[in-house]
Amino acid sequence: MCCGASMTQDLLDRPAPQRVGAREAQLGVIDCDIHPQAASPQDVLQFLPERWRDYAKTYSGLYRQALADTLSHPRMAPDVARADSWPPTGGLPGSDLAFMQKQHLDANNVEFGMLMPLNRGPGNQRNLEYGAALAGAVNDWQIAHWVERDKRLRASIVVTQEHPPFAIAEIEKRAGDTRFAQIMLPPKSLEPQGRRKYWPIYEAACAYKLPLALHVGGVNGYAPTASGWPSYYIEEQHTNVTGMLSLITSMVIEGVFEQFPALKVVLVEGGVAWAPSLKWRLDKHWKRLKSEAPHLRRLPSEYVHDHFWMTTQPLDEPDDGADLIEMFEMVGFDRIMFSTDYPHWDFDEPKFVIGKLRIGEEKLKRVLSGNARELYGLK
Amino acid sequence: MSKTRHIAARVDEIPPGSRKKVAIAGRDIALFNIAGDFFALGDKCPHESGSLCAGRIIGLAEADEPGKYRLSRDGEFVKCSWHGWEFDIRTGQSWCDPANTRVRAYEASIEPGAALIKGPYVAETYAVRVEENYVVIDL
Repeated sequence: MCCGASMTQDLLDRPAPQRVGAREAQLGVIDCDIHPQAASPQDVLQFLPERWRDYAKTYSGLYRQALADTLSHPRMAPDVARADSWPPTGGLPGSDLAFMQKQHLDANNVEFGMLMPLNRGPGNQRNLEYGAALAGAVNDWQIAHWVERDKRLRASIVVTQEHPPFAIAEIEKRAGDTRFAQIMLPPKSLEPQGRRKYWPIYEAACAYKLPLALHVGGVNGYAPTASGWPSYYIEEQHTNVTGMLSLITSMVIEGVFEQFPALKVVLVEGGVAWAPSLKWRLDKHWKRLKSEAPHLRRLPSEYVHDHFWMTTQPLDEPDDGADLIEMFEMVGFDRIMFSTDYPHWDFDEPKFVIGKLRIGEEKLKRVLSGNARELYGLK
Repeated sequence: MSKTRHIAARVDEIPPGSRKKVAIAGRDIALFNIAGDFFALGDKCPHESGSLCAGRIIGLAEADEPGKYRLSRDGEFVKCSWHGWEFDIRTGQSWCDPANTRVRAYEASIEPGAALIKGPYVAETYAVRVEENYVVIDL
């Protein structure tokens, strides 16, 4: 490797990979992963009934991790956030709508944004009544603090997935309110997501025509690998992928999509490029082992394609950009939806993703907004 | 092409260990002070264009083998505010991908106001005073 002046000149003259045409840069996006944050816990807790406000003050939450209501580790950056996303007015990243509008929604031409509230863990609370009350409070907070103040935003119905009757009551309370776009479930659950315990939730999702959204991560009381907890954040980060593989496999093989053919599932922040190899292997094994799961009447890959949508961020970055496009072709451009993860540190800028996807305007528009517009029925 | 001398900042605005973002001739530039020496980098990460000026200033973490760690050159690297790509503040060289990636580095120097006032120079936001010292970039 030479380090002479001419090499330096070449490097400096090299077009930046994110540089895109003016026309493409103007394309609007639907961001399928925006994290709203409460400026203070009271912002959310004020929506609890009095009994549970008092409970929260006295006992706080009990969920499956140490140090409740905290991040167990900073994950690369304080509050997992882009260092430039702390609002100038104070408070946590993602807590100030005006700053979010300026830094992201307006600056990046966001037509619609799906809210993914991650804090306070209603879905993982062990006190189920408190969990249900908290889910209701998080949902009220999303509407009052976000969706009502910016019509581009859509809320996700947060529920207590370990107790489906409470989850269904919350879904029924919100059903028909188009300010909610989907039902949000934590991908870390007490049993694999395909188990029948969770089917009543899927039945309700179908009845009310709401997709499910499962965003990677969750509380650390669930081991992220079959052998427990990894030593490094970079390892834990990769368990986001293996978690998605397990989740799809469980839902497909248990027969969820035979039982609920209308169910649609969005996998958020788990990547995309692994999907073809998962489909190949599931199909191969199914052909040999189908007598074990005779309830499956189609190739596993067909269930995967028909029922799962995946979001782009964090975009896979192979050295050769053509590999990414080929991989997206195999996954299916009709199942990939743009996301940024704002304000988290591994945020993807629309212009960067557009620059990587030289696929023609029709497919590009599908990924940036068309697939999400269709799935969520956004107008 | 001849370069133009730009007054980028007053020296006392950027104490050792700190940084400041300035706009010069339409470019965002991050100025850094490492123990009295000034450096200027384009404030745009070559990866996704995140601001370097908003990132953390760090040292170099290295290991000869698992378990043998050392931190050196403390305060001489900046980590992009978005994805944490690390750059040598002195050269703009990327630490994770030195062969292919660098951020634009500009020559920064200190000049006393008494010398500058004779000109020529461009001061977009500063009225130059004889008794002050300034960070100067030629571009």
